[in-house]
Amino acid sequence: MSPHAGIPSLKPLASNRFDERKHVLDLDDFTPGEIQLVLDNALAMQEVMGRSVRKVPALRGKTIVTLFHEPSTRTRASFEQAGKILSADVINISDSASSAKKGESLYNTALSIQAMQADIIVVRHPHSGSTNFLARHLNSSIINAGDGYHAHPSQALLDLYTIQSHFGDIKNRKVVIVGDILYSRVARSNLWGLTKMGARVTLCAPPTLMPPDFINGFSKDHPFKSVSVTHNLSEAIKDADVVMALRLQAERQSKGRLPSLREYSRLYGINREILSLANKKVIVMHPGPMNENVEINTEIAHGPHSVIQEQVKNGVAVRMALLYAVAAANRGGK
Amino acid sequence: MKDRLLIKGARVICPANGIDKKIDVLVDAGEIKDTGVNIGASDGAISINATGLVLAPGLIDLHCHLREPGFEYKETVRSGTAAAVKGGFTTICAMPNTNPVADNATAIQSLMDKAKGQPARVLPIGAATKNSAGKELTEMADMVDAGAIGFSDDGNPISSDILMRHALEYSSALGVPIIDHCEVSSLFTNGQINEGWIASRLGLQGIPAAAEEQMVNRNIALAKLTGGWVHLAHVSTKGSVDSIRRAKKLGVRITAEATPHHLTLTEEAVLHRPGSSGIYKPLSEDAYNTMSKVNPPLRTQEDVDALVEGLADGIIDIIATDHAPHAYTEKLCPMQEAAFGISNLETAFASALSLVHNKKLNLPRLIESMASSPARLLQTSNKKIGQITKGFSADLTLFDMNTGWTVDTNQFVSKGKNSPLHGQKLKGKVILTIYKGQVVYSELNKDLLYT
Amino acid sequence: MHNKNERLILNSDELRRAITRIAHEILERNKGAKDLVLVGLHTRGVPLAQRIAKTINSIEGTNLPIGKLDISLYRDDFIGRAKPIIKSTELPVPIEDQVVILVDDVLYTGRSIRAAMDALTDFGRAKSIQLAVLVDRGHREVPIRPDYIGKNIPTSRNEAVSVRLEEVDCLEGVTLAPNPGLIINERSDGKRGLED
Repeated sequence: MSPHAGIPSLKPLASNRFDERKHVLDLDDFTPGEIQLVLDNALAMQEVMGRSVRKVPALRGKTIVTLFHEPSTRTRASFEQAGKILSADVINISDSASSAKKGESLYNTALSIQAMQADIIVVRHPHSGSTNFLARHLNSSIINAGDGYHAHPSQALLDLYTIQSHFGDIKNRKVVIVGDILYSRVARSNLWGLTKMGARVTLCAPPTLMPPDFINGFSKDHPFKSVSVTHNLSEAIKDADVVMALRLQAERQSKGRLPSLREYSRLYGINREILSLANKKVIVMHPGPMNENVEINTEIAHGPHSVIQEQVKNGVAVRMALLYAVAAANRGGK
Repeated sequence: MKDRLLIKGARVICPANGIDKKIDVLVDAGEIKDTGVNIGASDGAISINATGLVLAPGLIDLHCHLREPGFEYKETVRSGTAAAVKGGFTTICAMPNTNPVADNATAIQSLMDKAKGQPARVLPIGAATKNSAGKELTEMADMVDAGAIGFSDDGNPISSDILMRHALEYSSALGVPIIDHCEVSSLFTNGQINEGWIASRLGLQGIPAAAEEQMVNRNIALAKLTGGWVHLAHVSTKGSVDSIRRAKKLGVRITAEATPHHLTLTEEAVLHRPGSSGIYKPLSEDAYNTMSKVNPPLRTQEDVDALVEGLADGIIDIIATDHAPHAYTEKLCPMQEAAFGISNLETAFASALSLVHNKKLNLPRLIESMASSPARLLQTSNKKIGQITKGFSADLTLFDMNTGWTVDTNQFVSKGKNSPLHGQKLKGKVILTIYKGQVVYSELNKDLLYT
Repeated sequence: MHNKNERLILNSDELRRAITRIAHEILERNKGAKDLVLVGLHTRGVPLAQRIAKTINSIEGTNLPIGKLDISLYRDDFIGRAKPIIKSTELPVPIEDQVVILVDDVLYTGRSIRAAMDALTDFGRAKSIQLAVLVDRGHREVPIRPDYIGKNIPTSRNEAVSVRLEEVDCLEGVTLAPNPGLIINERSDGKRGLED
């Protein structure tokens, strides 16, 4: 008997093949074709959402558990609604109700959820890599709904969908991501998604909020080689089709990364003046929740260029497509 | 009753005496009785045909964690010493970060008592400050009298400069080192792995090389100022090696150790992609390998190369394991929740041997850094160890350079199964460990080796 | 033809005549084109519905509404769906109190039609639902019977019926071949898809 019998050994790497996707942990292992499939299916899901009877039986009999160890309004609700429209049984477990408060480890909590025969576990966790950890040790499919600063693939997919629905395509669109890149899982997953779909991406942040290895740009053999990096917003935003503002946590000031939110807003806030440098048809995105008048001015957030509400709406259709793809890939035998 | 053993035909390496040749070694009454060519079988001695094997002084580890008292679920003196002899070590030095902290003579005495009758020698390291809180010095003289061989707040760097100064001044009268874990903790928050592209890729907070180097430089300055002896624990960066090199040239009294993992692994171990380097490939679900989480963190290839070069040059004096056993569940969690440390005693020697196989280090230098030099650093303990010399304690390690084996942490006798080497192949295996003349670990094939 | 063992069952002229006949039967059964909605099932049911509607329109001078239906989300299995591609569902008019003619290329187990009826039900309560298929090859697994049939083709389960239409396949005709498992068709969009 091994000294830790019962502890599972490592499973072989999951295939990232198109029709064999087990987990959605980030967009790094998606092919452009696979991303396009989700976007195309999201369009079909959008149609379902427009019906008077918003329900299809696709995931009938499947159980989806949302396990959220971090506060969330839209992502959790979005996954829940997506699952319910597809007729899955959705069980929500949030931090305040979970055993984490009683000191149970994530591993043991997840094992219990798996014992409930969850087909898909949608996980939000403050620690980067926690979804990789769960994928490694559980048999259920894991969908990452945001882990630490690492990844937020469903957000990136809905951002891609929103861009596509506005411009018809993503390729060669200039996308500027502005703000706290260092701590942004949204930016990280979007970098993968946007570069795979051929967008021209510019990252813009003060040096204290840029990952140190990004600051000098990317080498020729780097998957982000087409991405440019700058500290100057008026330079970055020139001719942009899409401006994506990221949430700025007030704690960046108290931890010494910024002198003041005021100065941040002056240099990196999205306002009418700076937006006038972009493409006339520019769309402004934000993953939410917003700090209005810090990273984005109120008049922009609620103005004609803003697609922020659309992002939320698209989120449900994209997550339906994602749940459907994962369920279809993991159909049990014949 | 002590074994009388005659080990015949091994390549005997004893760097302290400059010996590296095929000779026989006779062990009697716990001591080395004789060495030489063709020693005749003496009465009642068991003769071992060690042709093709290497015989070295028992390995000495200046830095390990035995966890007792307080954390017996991670390791005990008994399981730790069993792991030590399986890994070829006959003397191990236990860090004081137990619960309670070993910061007084009673605690030191208690560990010495527990170590009696165990298969390896345990030498205690006392805390440098009370409760390792970094506020007041401990009663170092009392502890040295009880058996302490050095002082450290390992895990908690002594961040107060003035206290470190006084610790060095005070301990200099006792002839023992202050062993410092070099890290300026205020330079980062919640660091998990080396600061660099992998930390960025994984969305983890990094621990920059500068956090170590800044403290190394402070310690060098204070050693110079006080004339005290600072021993730098588990050095991990090229910048540290460079500073130590300069300081040694100036005659500053510092010594330094490096661990087998910092000498052989890079930060890519965290990606769980052994052997494949490259930037920004898709992560597998096996990324975030908590088994590779250790403090100081695994660094870059450039750092590894500098450490190996420093070890070969003697700038890094010794290899120490920083054996840090943890319960499996303390690693079965997301990276941020995982404990720092590697269970190292059973793989340290074989993993360090890879440096010899890769021709980066010669075998006598490796033995020197794992036996003779640690013994020299322990000279004040008045133990006759670390040499294959007549009259010395018969602490011996017999090993086969070329036997390949696959690390299986399930087979560890240490309670800590936490190793990033699980499933990896190592070359070189301990065949026989002898402590005070007694066989304490054996993989001898009796048919072949007993004559 | 893709497979030398394929046997031609309907050539393009016969195919055209079959569609014309279905159009006439629909008009006859429903006493004209009033309240008719044609709904094609993806993939080949869609152009078939368009052809039938065109024929009816030319006879009656009407402009029949044509819908498209994707049944992926209503299937009782995911089997055979190597890529879970969902195509567009569009119903141009409310189907409430309309006569819906479902159009598909091949009727086999009947499961697709079962799923299609579930889908239609979600859009409202049709006056009636009728089924037109180009080919009925038998082997029903659910109690479903077509109202209009282009051609009955007796088959064994280990044979494959392939319908090819200009709009999708750049070819016209219906063939029968020993089943090589699943037939891989070249789709009009250049992607390769598995069809059951």
